[in-house]
Amino acid sequence: MFQIVKKKDLNAEVVWMDILAPAVAKKAKAGQFIIFRVDETGERVPLTIADYDRDKGIVTIIFQKVGASTQKLAQKNEGDFILDFVGPLGTPSHFENVKKVAVIGGGVGCAIAYPQAKALHNAGVCVHMIAGFRNKEIVILKEEMEQVSDRFFLATDDGSAGQKGFVTDVLKSLLEQGEQYDLVVAIGPVPMMKFVSLLTKEYNVPTVVSMNPIMVDGTGMCGGCRVTVDGKVKFACVDGPDFDGHKVDFDELIRRNNFYREQETRARETGCRLLAMQPEKGE
Amino acid sequence: MPNMQMNKTPMPEQDGKVRARNFKEVALGYTADMAVEEAKRCLHCKNSPCVSGCPVNVNIPTFLAQVAEGDFEAAYQTITSTNSLPAVCGRVCPQENQCEGKCVRGIKGESVGIGRIERFVADYHMQNETETKISRPESNGHKVAVVGSGPAGLTCAGDLAKMGYDVTIYEAFHKAGGVLVYGIPEFRLPKAIVQKEIDSLTTLGVHLETDMVIGRVLSIDELFTLGYEAVFIGSGAGLPRFMNIPGENLLGVYSANEFLTRINLMKAYDANYDTPVQYAKKVAVVGGGNVAMDAARCAMRLGAEEVSIIYRRSEAEMPARLEEIHHAKEEGIIFRFLTNPKSVLGDENGKVSGIECVEMELGEPDESGRRSPIEKEGSEFVLPVDSVIMAIGTSPNPLIRSTTEGLEANRRGCLVVNEDMLTSKEGVYAGGDAVTGAATVILAMGAGKTAAASIDAYIKNKS
Repeated sequence: MFQIVKKKDLNAEVVWMDILAPAVAKKAKAGQFIIFRVDETGERVPLTIADYDRDKGIVTIIFQKVGASTQKLAQKNEGDFILDFVGPLGTPSHFENVKKVAVIGGGVGCAIAYPQAKALHNAGVCVHMIAGFRNKEIVILKEEMEQVSDRFFLATDDGSAGQKGFVTDVLKSLLEQGEQYDLVVAIGPVPMMKFVSLLTKEYNVPTVVSMNPIMVDGTGMCGGCRVTVDGKVKFACVDGPDFDGHKVDFDELIRRNNFYREQETRARETGCRLLAMQPEKGE
Repeated sequence: MPNMQMNKTPMPEQDGKVRARNFKEVALGYTADMAVEEAKRCLHCKNSPCVSGCPVNVNIPTFLAQVAEGDFEAAYQTITSTNSLPAVCGRVCPQENQCEGKCVRGIKGESVGIGRIERFVADYHMQNETETKISRPESNGHKVAVVGSGPAGLTCAGDLAKMGYDVTIYEAFHKAGGVLVYGIPEFRLPKAIVQKEIDSLTTLGVHLETDMVIGRVLSIDELFTLGYEAVFIGSGAGLPRFMNIPGENLLGVYSANEFLTRINLMKAYDANYDTPVQYAKKVAVVGGGNVAMDAARCAMRLGAEEVSIIYRRSEAEMPARLEEIHHAKEEGIIFRFLTNPKSVLGDENGKVSGIECVEMELGEPDESGRRSPIEKEGSEFVLPVDSVIMAIGTSPNPLIRSTTEGLEANRRGCLVVNEDMLTSKEGVYAGGDAVTGAATVILAMGAGKTAAASIDAYIKNKS
């Protein structure tokens, strides 16, 4: 059992939780992930580690209430326990010989982009951070991101905060202005990572993306997290979650991530699991 | 007088059509009368070849004689003096290649149903709880860590605990049992039985730490700094193989590991659980081992209309237990022998729509002694399916060997051990699928047993 020692709503959809898991905190590194299971009937769900405090034995996760399991987790409160919390899993991020990096976060992906920016900033790297959200209401971690960035750009789809447009629009104008980056780190929805990677490929800027595909065990056992990278099949849980954005087959990944969407959506909308577990009708 | 009936006493089973749609146990087990009758078929021949066919050398003639006399508890004690998981072995051992394969009754007629009787004895014991309470052995003050809670780890831990060691098992999943819980389905090995075996270990004083991925959260070297004097690695062969053919990442292609884990460990078939799984109409399972049979039979139980097993050799070469093949056929699984997949086909949404196969014929025997299959030119055909499950084998997970210095592995990724199950690293022992590659429950148990004895000798020598 693992205790939730702090819970904070970052917006209506996104929740911050500090979990007491000393063994995980002791080994956690940026870029790695954990798998949680709320209770006996819950799924095993992977989440990238947002932060950790080795002294306090705490691991921070920041997640969006998107599926049945994240909804279930969000219903827990400070002091409550969850059944399982496994990690750290995956290969830690590894950025070498970089002096100037653009870190891009999309939506709840900012929760993972932020600690990456912080780590780079603390290592003396010049960080330009671009954070994108749908609208003003769902902006998270703005001050935190600003603090670790040499230049910080906020973009919203509807222009209700920062500039109007996508993160790719901001990145493109920076590149056009002649900004030279050693590396772009993009973390967010798969389509965002795809378009960032397409753009940086044109400009020849190495790009790292962080995957969060469907998986069961997180140790290489199920192979559900297969991602095609440079024409080769990789398991995101052990070979990743970081990959070269110029080599990932994003379209395949988007399809794979939506595999259970119909079951999920019905489970959430009707609140009735029985219905969700029935075979697909009329297919 | 021995019972000279040529055939085994039949085992009551759920009807094929009925059980193909439920997850309840297929074989219902002998009654006491059936077990006695079957035990009387043993001739008590001089050499007891059956015992040499058993990887843990269960004293088979003795326990059969005890069953024949109706002393089932004595039979249980005989079995458990060398086999710590009889309820499991009675159900999943490939007896036809082991004890029963050596039985002289098998020369003319059928061998004695040793597995069925073993199962009866274990179930009888569990139901009647006749045993005197297991007493915790006196501690000898030495700590041993066991990595993995599958058959190898459980056996090693049990044996060491009985000798007085303070044993901790580290399990990566949230539940102990390894392949017994994530791989082998409920209808073949009820999970309540596995849990009872695990409970009896904790009663012995074995500590169980779940959610611990050794190699990540703790390294093998760190285990020694925590005071463990020896480590046993029984981490299994959990890495699924794929065929590397086009279309393998389409939606609806599963590794058997993923499919079975979703169903067995994560209980996707139970509406009370959140685990999603695809409910396919037409399923192709690629492979010919027990795992392929399990996957096919699970797919059928999820409600599929048609499930095919695609196997590139002929039925004679199939590595699955005879009983599993027989049961699968009874449940309506279609066997497509001498057939090999060439690609998986998908629709415009990236979902599986079919599997392109080619017919095969058998050529000369290969290094494994089995005749190797060769493609029949121009015999390609498409089987329309909406799900494909790859059950073509697994290899050991590289996590531990890649995070432990000085731990030698062969080119197939299997840990290298000597006859005492000692690895290339002092104090580190290994056994089961992590050493052999995917094999059987009983072989893993045999390895766990040997390792426990070696660890005991090692620690005694040292102190």
